[in-house]
Amino acid sequence: MKPLTRISSRTAVLALTDVDTDQIIPARYLTTTVRQGLGQHLFADWRYAADGSAKADFVLNQPDAEGAAALIVGRNFGCGSSREHAPWALLDYGFEVVISTEIADIFLNNSLKNGLIPVIVDEEIHRWLLDHPGVEISVDIDTLELVIPEHDPIPFNIDRFSRYCLLNGIDQLGFLLQHDAAIDEYEARTR
Amino acid sequence: MKTLFEKVWDRHVVVAETDDSPAILYIDLHLVHEVTSPQAFSLLRDHGLHVRRPEQTLATMDHSIPTTPVSSLADLVVVSDTPATRQLVQMDKNCSEFGIVLRGFSSPERGIVHIIGPELGATQPGMTIVCGDSHTSTHGAFGALAFGIGTTEVAHVLATQCLLQRRPQTFAVNLEGTLSRGVTAKDIVLSIIGQIGVGGGTGHAIEYRGSAITALSMEERMTICNMSIEAGAKAGMIAPDDTTYEYLAGRPHAPSGADWDQALAAWQRLPGDSEARFDKQVTLDVSKMKPMVTFGTNPGMVISIDEPVPTPAGNDAAFAKALAYMQLESGKPLAGTPVDIVFIGSCTNSRLSDLEVAAGLLRGRQIAANVRMLVVPGSQQVKADAEARGLDQVFKAAGAEWREPGCSMCIAMNGDVVPAGKLAVSTSNRNFEGRQGVGGRTILASPLTAAASALTGVVSDPRQFLD
Ligand code: SF4
Repeated sequence: MKPLTRISSRTAVLALTDVDTDQIIPARYLTTTVRQGLGQHLFADWRYAADGSAKADFVLNQPDAEGAAALIVGRNFGCGSSREHAPWALLDYGFEVVISTEIADIFLNNSLKNGLIPVIVDEEIHRWLLDHPGVEISVDIDTLELVIPEHDPIPFNIDRFSRYCLLNGIDQLGFLLQHDAAIDEYEARTR
Repeated sequence: MKTLFEKVWDRHVVVAETDDSPAILYIDLHLVHEVTSPQAFSLLRDHGLHVRRPEQTLATMDHSIPTTPVSSLADLVVVSDTPATRQLVQMDKNCSEFGIVLRGFSSPERGIVHIIGPELGATQPGMTIVCGDSHTSTHGAFGALAFGIGTTEVAHVLATQCLLQRRPQTFAVNLEGTLSRGVTAKDIVLSIIGQIGVGGGTGHAIEYRGSAITALSMEERMTICNMSIEAGAKAGMIAPDDTTYEYLAGRPHAPSGADWDQALAAWQRLPGDSEARFDKQVTLDVSKMKPMVTFGTNPGMVISIDEPVPTPAGNDAAFAKALAYMQLESGKPLAGTPVDIVFIGSCTNSRLSDLEVAAGLLRGRQIAANVRMLVVPGSQQVKADAEARGLDQVFKAAGAEWREPGCSMCIAMNGDVVPAGKLAVSTSNRNFEGRQGVGGRTILASPLTAAASALTGVVSDPRQFLD
């Protein structure tokens, strides 16, 4: 993974609450055996009508959302299935940040492992972001600050280990493999 | 003073958690299926790694497998060379390349991963169990710490038998009282989700406890733990007791002889200490519960069968979108809504007792002419047991389809789909938009409510069939 420090982008807003991973990437696209190429199916059933045409009223089909890398989402985003295809699809489409008041556990973990940055903000900031689609924001992973217009920098939190891995482009599998001796010792002790 | 969760967690810490890094947690049992593992095996291949403990890895095919009879994987490739089939072929290759025993296409031990773990006795109290599947919480019914992980983590466990984890908080869900007739474990868990909400368990490992839990069979306990993720919880657990030990005794992977005695002694020390503290608590009275049905597009949008569809508080876009999708109206009763499809299956409700309950209602009766009913046993073993009891005959005589085991219409990856606009009463766990097929509408319910609705052709209270 490449090191990540700062992401600056315009926002797109998907205000619905409890958006589950079946919406982010419907199950029929999970028959793939690779990680790439899922962006075309992101939010497939909300983006496209049955005949394959784009649904004009869906946010990602509107010209304003084009090129936005920060997605402002409703509470409990990413609930449901553990499919890592959900962050893969968001990243492949071009999103790098998701911002909400609450993000479901497994989705959040999966996102951090792939360099999709989850940012949790309070209700007031969230409301402001929902009401101001298309604003320029930046997310600094080093200082853990979210910068948005008309506000002082807003501190947010990312688990320290995940932050360290993101900043240094460290693969967590490598970290685990370094502890091989401790794992051997554990197995010997508990067997 | 420790809770059940804390005891299991503490025993599996290889390297302790600090502010700077999560704990390295040892995993006793890793369940693997075809949908969330291909990219993990690729990662191992790319890094030149092997599977650390193939013998602690239980692999099967369940999500994209057909439920119509096909004699072998080779035959399937001939009749249907689809991406789903190619994924099954890849699973077969990955398992043989990495030395993992696969409960594959023709194995009598094949089935939904959360059905076969317990059935084989591989799921045991005090274990840590993971799978690239959110319903791994099912195994918590045995007093195991079991949770779903992503594909990157599947690779971590394959390569190291460990995971990097922050310790979740604890949440006691106390269930007291006695269930009334026609109300089942599924109704309990739907009620819980309705009460605490789809995000109510986020960041927490739930322990279900109380007299209403100890009164349940293992299969019923699994139904409850299964849907912990639908409340957003990391895991759902139940302390092991005699019911647990009786279930496990004699199963193929359960310990036997002197090993059994030793294991049993360890298991009996697992229940939480009486003064152990939880971070959060809620107490519910199950005697007030009724048969439950969902009306919206997440499992927290749930009412009892005799209630009208609720009216949202204020301007709730997600609520309005859900009702529009479901073609339902606030204030109108849900009971009486015409049903197109009834699905009995999934890791929530496809065990022998679920099928027995449904067959009990259907015996000597006919399903309504407007209904298509699918009964999909959770595993080859469940199928064989059901057939030995003649349940397949009961279903077929009533007009239902009796299928081969798999996830089937729970996730609609294998061709078993609810067509657009059609309404299904389903014993599965997710009523998300399109979950059972693009545009398909799902009402989650118990096997009893599903069977009653199949008979009448409308969403129905099963209690009318019970005297
Ligand atoms: S039955 Fe449904 S919920 Fe259970 S493992 Fe299969 S797809 Fe997932």
